[in-house]
Amino acid sequence: MQVTMTVNGTEVTRDVEPRLLLVHFLRETLGLTGTHWGCDTSNCGTCVVLVDGEPVKSCTQLAAMTAGHEVRTVEGMAAGGTLDPVQQGFMEEHGLQCGFCTPGMMLTARALLDRNPDPDEGEIREAISGQICRCTGYATIVRSIQWAAAHPAAETTDQEVRA
Amino acid sequence: MTAVTDKPRATRASAAGSSGKGCPVQVPAPFDYARATSVADALELLERHGPESHVIAGGHSLLPMMKLRLARPEWLIDINDVAELGHLTEEADVLRVGALTRHAALLDSDVVGRLFPIVHDAEKVIADPVVRNRGTIGGSLGQADPAEDLTTVCDVLRAQVVIVGPAGERVVDIGDFHRGPYETACEQNELITEVRFPIRARSSSAYEKVERRVGDWAVAAAGAAILLAEDGTFADVAIGLTALGLEGLATEAAAVLVGERPSEELLAEAGRLAAVASSPVEDQRGPVDYKRHLADELTRRVLRRSLERVGATAGALQGG
Amino acid sequence: MTTVQERSPMPQEREPNPAMTAADRPIGYGRVQRKEDPRFIRGKGRYLDDIVLPGMLHGAVLRSPMAHARLVSIDTTEALAHPKVHAVITGKDLEGLNLAWAPTLSADTMAVLATDKVRFQGQEVAFVVAEDRYSARDALELIDVEYEQLPVVIDARRALEPGTAVIRDDKDGQTDNHIFDWEAGDKAETEAVFARADVVVSEDVVYPRVHPAPMETCGAIADYDPIDGKLTLYETTQAPHAHRTLYAMVAGIPEHKIRVIAGDIGGGFGNKVGIYPGYICAVVGSIVTGKPVKWVEDRSENLMSTSFARDYLMRGEIAATKDGKILAVRTHVLADHGAFNATAQPTKYPAGFFSIFTGSYDLEAAYCSVTGVYTNKAPGGVAYACSFRVTEAVYLVERMVDVLAQRLEMDPAELRLKNFIRPEQFPYKNKTGWEYDSGDYEPALRMCMEQIGYADLRQEQAEKRARGELMGIGVSFFTETVGAGPRKHFDIVGLGMADGAEVRVHPTGKAVVRLSVQTQGQGHETTFAQIVAEELGIPPEDIEVVHGDTDQTPFGLGTYGSRSTPVSGGAVALAARKVRDKAKAIAAAMLETRPEDLEWEKGRFFVKGDPSAAKTISEIALGAHGTVALPEGVDGNLDAEVTYDPPNLTFPFGAYICVVDIDAGTGKVKVRRFVAVDDCGTRINPMIVEGQIHGGLADGVGMALMEFIGFDEQGNCLGGSFMDYLIPTALEVPDWELGATVTPSPHHPIGAKGIGESATVGSPPAVVNAVVDALAPFGVTHMDMPCTPARVWAAMQGRATPPI
Repeated sequence: MQVTMTVNGTEVTRDVEPRLLLVHFLRETLGLTGTHWGCDTSNCGTCVVLVDGEPVKSCTQLAAMTAGHEVRTVEGMAAGGTLDPVQQGFMEEHGLQCGFCTPGMMLTARALLDRNPDPDEGEIREAISGQICRCTGYATIVRSIQWAAAHPAAETTDQEVRA
Repeated sequence: MTAVTDKPRATRASAAGSSGKGCPVQVPAPFDYARATSVADALELLERHGPESHVIAGGHSLLPMMKLRLARPEWLIDINDVAELGHLTEEADVLRVGALTRHAALLDSDVVGRLFPIVHDAEKVIADPVVRNRGTIGGSLGQADPAEDLTTVCDVLRAQVVIVGPAGERVVDIGDFHRGPYETACEQNELITEVRFPIRARSSSAYEKVERRVGDWAVAAAGAAILLAEDGTFADVAIGLTALGLEGLATEAAAVLVGERPSEELLAEAGRLAAVASSPVEDQRGPVDYKRHLADELTRRVLRRSLERVGATAGALQGG
Repeated sequence: MTTVQERSPMPQEREPNPAMTAADRPIGYGRVQRKEDPRFIRGKGRYLDDIVLPGMLHGAVLRSPMAHARLVSIDTTEALAHPKVHAVITGKDLEGLNLAWAPTLSADTMAVLATDKVRFQGQEVAFVVAEDRYSARDALELIDVEYEQLPVVIDARRALEPGTAVIRDDKDGQTDNHIFDWEAGDKAETEAVFARADVVVSEDVVYPRVHPAPMETCGAIADYDPIDGKLTLYETTQAPHAHRTLYAMVAGIPEHKIRVIAGDIGGGFGNKVGIYPGYICAVVGSIVTGKPVKWVEDRSENLMSTSFARDYLMRGEIAATKDGKILAVRTHVLADHGAFNATAQPTKYPAGFFSIFTGSYDLEAAYCSVTGVYTNKAPGGVAYACSFRVTEAVYLVERMVDVLAQRLEMDPAELRLKNFIRPEQFPYKNKTGWEYDSGDYEPALRMCMEQIGYADLRQEQAEKRARGELMGIGVSFFTETVGAGPRKHFDIVGLGMADGAEVRVHPTGKAVVRLSVQTQGQGHETTFAQIVAEELGIPPEDIEVVHGDTDQTPFGLGTYGSRSTPVSGGAVALAARKVRDKAKAIAAAMLETRPEDLEWEKGRFFVKGDPSAAKTISEIALGAHGTVALPEGVDGNLDAEVTYDPPNLTFPFGAYICVVDIDAGTGKVKVRRFVAVDDCGTRINPMIVEGQIHGGLADGVGMALMEFIGFDEQGNCLGGSFMDYLIPTALEVPDWELGATVTPSPHHPIGAKGIGESATVGSPPAVVNAVVDALAPFGVTHMDMPCTPARVWAAMQGRATPPI
């Protein structure tokens, strides 16, 4: 079947099997491998993307069901070379180690801050409680999101970060 | 009362999966897909594609089962676009909740929290925040997992379920809606469209769940809804248990309260009777005696919290 | 020793914009952002499953639903008829290639694909190669396997009973389920000390089976080129070089024709040390089809079939005087190794480094014996940040010290302080033969007690107990032995555990360092650049770290057992120092002076007494590669290579205190606070060190409270998905509070001891000790992990039972 959706601001149309999971559509059909896969059972959250601005586990949603909607992945976080403050925060506060849960964590953080620009620690922990990190013990992820909340317009460009 | 059997446990579960031929497959078997635009359209699609067609909403119960190939529908009818199912309407004596209302929307709703605090209690502990963005009330009730939280909530709130099918619409009391673990009154060619919660003055409710970890299914949970008379006695009480092998309400536990003034002794008696009514089975979440203890403990807790919420003071409780 | 005490600063306490400019970024050790982060935060990491090769096919493994069964027949006809299937490989096919069985890392054999029997649920039975991921899995359903069920052996305690089914009847002469007996310490001496002790306490202590469960599962892409006979193998491996050598030994492909590439690894924790059947099947699949074959596990496959951890059933005993001087520790262990003895550990240590169970205490005697047995469970045993079984050792001794404290009615912190090895005793030879390199234990525990407010917490606890509330305070103090190791003692399948490293300074003064070890998130690209930066004064951002490709890096055994910094860190520092020595000779030539007249300050040599007469490392590099007349015997480059054979292991230590509250009505444990004071010697990047500790603390809470791979009587794995194998979320762990002392290793080139596993090792006893402490009013002296609500409630009823 043919599906059309907007991914990171660009409309895409592809022929897919109806059973194709959104995570595999993004990773394999579109080659957006920043979205990861970790558990099959919608427990780990490494596959989280934003659908119409809300965090969704893309291993438990069909590409077909997503047709007509807007998807945002980690590849769409930095706008025009400017890092999202959440991305900057994860670097500043060592919010990642192996990096595997990181895209999902950052997207959930982005959705949280869009709804609640000044979350307290409990609200942050609650927001990311559907996602597992095996490396950080979460404290630095919480601090990364707090950093982003405290720097809503971090103006770091891609260039500066690479330097 | 129906005890939880091995079969439904296998239906939700996990490890050794699919057809006994090996480990889980973890991708769904092939199927066809159609998207419904209205309730009528959904019914028409279900009719057209026959008994092996299945409605999908949030998909967080169905897709995991399909990945394990424990469910193999030939057609999926996607109702996520059916806007008429997403309402949340407060009327004088009833709150009407569209079947497609997401868990997150229920949790966000001040109206729901004000009228039925038990719904917020339960929603906070259903799966996790990301899953709650997709999962729906209709899907939860339709799945009828014995460890599913909203079933108990609807039981104690004496909710009604609106079902639409080829023969038209019918309104079913929640007690009649449940037919047992993983079985409901909603037939394959029908659609749950709405859940109705009766609004009552001087009432409140509460829910508490014990889980091994955030996001896990209940080890056990209890819910209660109470209605107080003008004189402060219990006019109506409903107590329900989750994952404890009790279908429907713990009627005897509730009955000892009705007509009486709240007291710790009475709540203890209600807890004891709830434990008697429970029929848990041992599993990885705990042995029978522990679960029975939780039936007692959690029943007392949710009754106490319901009383606090309705304004009955702790002093009144102690005095009783 | 220096001490550092801080609650890691929250962002609001920091400078408003701490993005560092080049000027204030440390050149060398210190807190710097990670070089690997820019790609990860953009989703540009390159993990195994992200790699797509032209024409690549996909493999899937058919696994046994039974724990012990004879294989009667396998019919692959229907699967082969699937239009997208290219090959179906069975054990019979592998027999023809002499690949049905492979050697394990413990001198045993393991089935690649079952030929005679299946020996655990989830064992590999057949391998399908198809055009895409979904078709490969569809075809699994089309394979028809007939099994004849056999009696299962699940309880290790019964594995050696006469008449029990023999799991490894494939092995000549194997008539029972016994693998090995091993002992350490002096048995007679220990018995004598026990005989004269005032007090002896004993407990059965189980460290149940758990799983490392990295977020990325295991996988491989095999790409065999039939024309030049070269196998390129992309793998999720923590040990690329060891894998290459082993493939050469197993598959008969010459070692120079094998290239193992490990890209970004989504967590390892020991799970990615071994070679799994799926990898070998991918290689065979590629050879058979002539195309690259990718195989990536599902989560259930990962949990059910790959390297588990622990599964130690221990009888612990402590002998002491009545005033609390610990005299001796004794233990017998029943070690459940599953169906194949496939633990990844040094050859001479079948129980890993368990014999460090003497802990941090000055003892008169110690003795342990370990018996390894086969059961119908997945193989493995050394994984999950365990430092080669130091985890089990520390858990046993720290649990037992608390049991003793409870018996003596002594405060558990005071009891520890009374028995520590004293600073002047280092280097300290313990009673099982380890030489602890350095330590200063009392300040670490005192700091931890101070930081958490120990006295106040005990007061609060007393008040709460009077009200019937359950609060517990758990203390643990650990000493690890890591950084294996000196090659005369430590090898894995005959490969000595020394590591190579290579440093090259390019003509413009930028450098590349090549490592044999493999990061899985530890930040090697940053840490190792900082080591070179510290030694040569080249900014870390000017140093490229190359690793994870056997064609590009020197040989070494890989990253596990907290060995990267102790072993490869030493190698890199020494290689950089060789470069510096060479630079000195060249600088002397350039400055027309003698090397002994030069003095080094970070980044340049200058003439003693004349700081303006100087050459920077960049200038020297250009000189080396340029036209400077070089001194005799000096090559025209600024490169060096070292293989570092460490003189001893390193012994990091730490003091942990955990506070829990337990809901008396439900048995639910809440970890309220956790203070960890770690001493890992020199800290190269404190931010990374703290991150390593944080992660390990979460592991400890997970194991103590919820993580558990259980089995039913039929051998069905009950922890085979993330629905049942529970890992803590952000809501189950507190905001970690850290402190540090620094006691450098005297024998290590930079004094660093390794930190990767300290917290995973040290934290479980702190949590369990806190739970038992909370339950003391119920007469509880011990309860086994996991402390789930149901198990805690059972303990409150006087019915604490082992989980297995």
